[in-house]
Amino acid sequence: MTFLSYLVSGLSLGSIYAIIALGYTMVYGIAKMLNFAHGDVIMIGGYMSFVATAHMGWPPLASVLLAMLVCTVLGVLIEQLAYKPLRTAPSLAVLITAIGVSYFLQNAALLIWSSNPKSFTSVVLLPSLKLFDGQLTISSFALVTILACVAIIIGLTFIISKTKIGKAMRAVSEDKEAAQLMGINVNQTISVTFAIGSALAAIAGVLLCSAYPILSPTTGAMPGIKAFTAAVFGGIGSIPGAFWGGLLLGLIEIFGKAYISTQLSDAIVFSILILVLLVRPTGLMGRKISEKV
Amino acid sequence: MNNPAKMVPVPSRAIIPERDLGVTPILEVSHLGINFGGLNAVEDFNIIVGRTEIAGLIGPNGAGKTTVFNLLTKVYQPTRGAILLDGKDTAGMSTMQINQAGIARTFQNIRLFQALSVEDNVKIGLHNQFKYSTLSGILRLPRYWDAERKAREQTLELLSIFNMERMASYKAGSLPYGAQRRLEIVRALATRPSLLLLDEPAAGMNPSETEALMANIIKIRDMFQIAIMLIEHDMRLVMGICEGIAVLNYGKIIAKGTPEEIQANPAVIEAYLGQKKEA
Amino acid sequence: MKMTKPGQKRLISNAITYAIVIVAYVLIQILDGSGNLTSSLRGQLVPICAYIVMAVSLNLTVGVLGELSLGHAGFMSLGAFSGVIVSLGLRDTVSAGPLRLLAALLVGAVIAGLFGFIVGVPALRLRGDYLAIVTLAFGEIIKNVINTLYVGIGPDGLRISMSDQASLGLGESGTVIMRGPMGAVGVDKLASFGAGVILVLITLAIVLNLVHSRSGRAIMAVRDNRIAAESVGISITRYKLTAFIISAALAGAAGALYALNYSTVVARKFDFNTSILVLVFVVLGGIGNIRGSIIAAAVLTVLPELLRAFNDYRMLAYAVILILVMLTSNNDRLKQLRWRIRSYFQHSSRRQEAEHE
Repeated sequence: MTFLSYLVSGLSLGSIYAIIALGYTMVYGIAKMLNFAHGDVIMIGGYMSFVATAHMGWPPLASVLLAMLVCTVLGVLIEQLAYKPLRTAPSLAVLITAIGVSYFLQNAALLIWSSNPKSFTSVVLLPSLKLFDGQLTISSFALVTILACVAIIIGLTFIISKTKIGKAMRAVSEDKEAAQLMGINVNQTISVTFAIGSALAAIAGVLLCSAYPILSPTTGAMPGIKAFTAAVFGGIGSIPGAFWGGLLLGLIEIFGKAYISTQLSDAIVFSILILVLLVRPTGLMGRKISEKV
Repeated sequence: MNNPAKMVPVPSRAIIPERDLGVTPILEVSHLGINFGGLNAVEDFNIIVGRTEIAGLIGPNGAGKTTVFNLLTKVYQPTRGAILLDGKDTAGMSTMQINQAGIARTFQNIRLFQALSVEDNVKIGLHNQFKYSTLSGILRLPRYWDAERKAREQTLELLSIFNMERMASYKAGSLPYGAQRRLEIVRALATRPSLLLLDEPAAGMNPSETEALMANIIKIRDMFQIAIMLIEHDMRLVMGICEGIAVLNYGKIIAKGTPEEIQANPAVIEAYLGQKKEA
Repeated sequence: MKMTKPGQKRLISNAITYAIVIVAYVLIQILDGSGNLTSSLRGQLVPICAYIVMAVSLNLTVGVLGELSLGHAGFMSLGAFSGVIVSLGLRDTVSAGPLRLLAALLVGAVIAGLFGFIVGVPALRLRGDYLAIVTLAFGEIIKNVINTLYVGIGPDGLRISMSDQASLGLGESGTVIMRGPMGAVGVDKLASFGAGVILVLITLAIVLNLVHSRSGRAIMAVRDNRIAAESVGISITRYKLTAFIISAALAGAAGALYALNYSTVVARKFDFNTSILVLVFVVLGGIGNIRGSIIAAAVLTVLPELLRAFNDYRMLAYAVILILVMLTSNNDRLKQLRWRIRSYFQHSSRRQEAEHE
């Protein structure tokens, strides 16, 4: 039974990573940039929900929606102010700007809410699920998280493949100039992508803080790095890649902690990542880029 | 051009210049082929190139000519066939090794080191000619100074073939298109090849530049006594300086022979020569 | 040896770079002597030297080789802790501080260089973002592992344990050097500003000499056009590794210098944030611009101190300044202006060549 409960924990954590990774991968696919500030948008999402619940007494669902709204606006704002002017700049310049935004968000949060960790009340208030005569307890939180992730991935896949905006997103990520020549509003498409990614970040933030209920300005950093790693390891730019990459990462982390070592869990996770990339140099589902000679 | 070389047939396959008879041909390719996901991009390619021959490889766009060059330089590993360079089998060699063994090339889309100077581009070509260790370089030992001086002299000498010495300090990416193509040839020559592969060297050149290029290719062959194989669409150049020509279509050779023979070959005319490149 | 005009220009440019470092050293010594140096600034001197070496060495990987490395702090960490172990281990046998510092720097460089090879062999096979991720991963692995190490010196030499201090079995006479998550304690502060400046000058010599040599050209060829480099007989793997290993070794020396400036050193200090910090120095100073790295590393390390006036807002101000600098230096309108000026000068020098043809 312990194996199963680890499995559930792994899938739950992995779902959170997957949701975050989706944000990274979508933005990378469209704008060819690594949005380092993504992890900090997650943190802001967490704080928004905290403010709504703890200070304004809102019910959980409302605070999640508030977080999503704020993060979406924030994400689009960041894109318009900091990334859009650098569309033609070398990618390293955009990377550093993203780092600047990340510093900005962390320090703004530090100023507003101080570095004292806040205690976060979980947004999931349902009772846990008991299976197999009480031998296996699946927390309602894990259930909600996994279901949320599945719902998101289904929703995203639907949007990408069946809607007009989804088609536009695919076109822009293939070839920006050609898409523009076909009459697609590239700016709008990119903004929508950032909006979706940021909304996902908010959800991830809320779920993350419900799982590990300590909230501080640096909360988003490590999960951000891990999810970013998961996105690359799944094949950067690939949505199924981000999904599977995130899930696998969560599973590896939990099983590593359980069966090998708690202190070395990070080392284990990253070692496996390296091994996978050595075997599949463009990630699990990444496309092989061949250069024409 | 004046004095077309007298071509003589070699047993079983092709023709080479008479003057190269009796010496191992620089290149002997038999049944060369490569398969990309079910498609035979090149199939049953056979060719013999004499030691000082100027050979031509022509054919319509997409016929597989650059693929042949990529096979010869091991950018792709062949799925079938053998390539003998100066009598030695090149199976399993890497691109780097094949250059050290004696094949140098230029590229269809120019591949210069754009951010570096003209001089540095050539010096990189001389990388394996004037060697010294990384440590010698860092510590500025006498070997460094000696080798760098020799490399610089050689660079200027090579650039003078095309009268480009004055451009030595210009950034490679800032040169006009024709000069960039010529620089690529100089860089390839710097590696002291015995076989030089030129991929569309006259692309984008005007008639007078092409004339100059034709003279320079012959000059290079005479000066260095090497073999040159070129891919070209400019028929004036091909028929003017090539001694032996192979025609490729859909990955297969459809004709081989002297310029006169090729021009009269109905299969070639049908496949290709109807679309002569505008002067 | 007859020098060409660009050769002369380069010599002068390099001389200026060395001069800047030496002049800065002299100025600071004067300020210090006359009592005009604040204590906080004096405390920054060794870290500045360390960060300069970090930035210059990272520029070797990012600017000269052209590969993004997100785990540079990992090499700093390896150098730091091996340097500390060496300096404490030699305490009984070598009494001269500077000699122990030298040993620490050398060992730090060698160990970091060795790991540069270990990391480089698998990582450099990958391209672009995937390579960057692997370097990030290695940085995190190194941080994690060092955090679990207990190291001590007993009667029969070095002892290492991954579980706890007790299992080191040192007894009464042994010294504990590293205590797992608490890091290294009781470190001798052997580092000095003078030593730091010497390290900076040596780093400059190594990197500048490397770049303007046969190996440097090969590395840049690999950066500019890998396929073309192969086609002229250059071994891609060999030169990628050369650049990466030298870069790592220098970072290791920087780490040793940095660590020997504090009595306590923890692995957490050398994390992804530090890697990113150094990357910011490199990008702001100009990719491939060695002198720029020196200036950016120095300025940006003291900047938070100078912004002290802003009090709580100073890190926020730092972030805003960073974003603004990136935006303005990559702004389209400014770029067009620069392009126009440059092409005017190129045009007039190319006119001669066109006439000749």
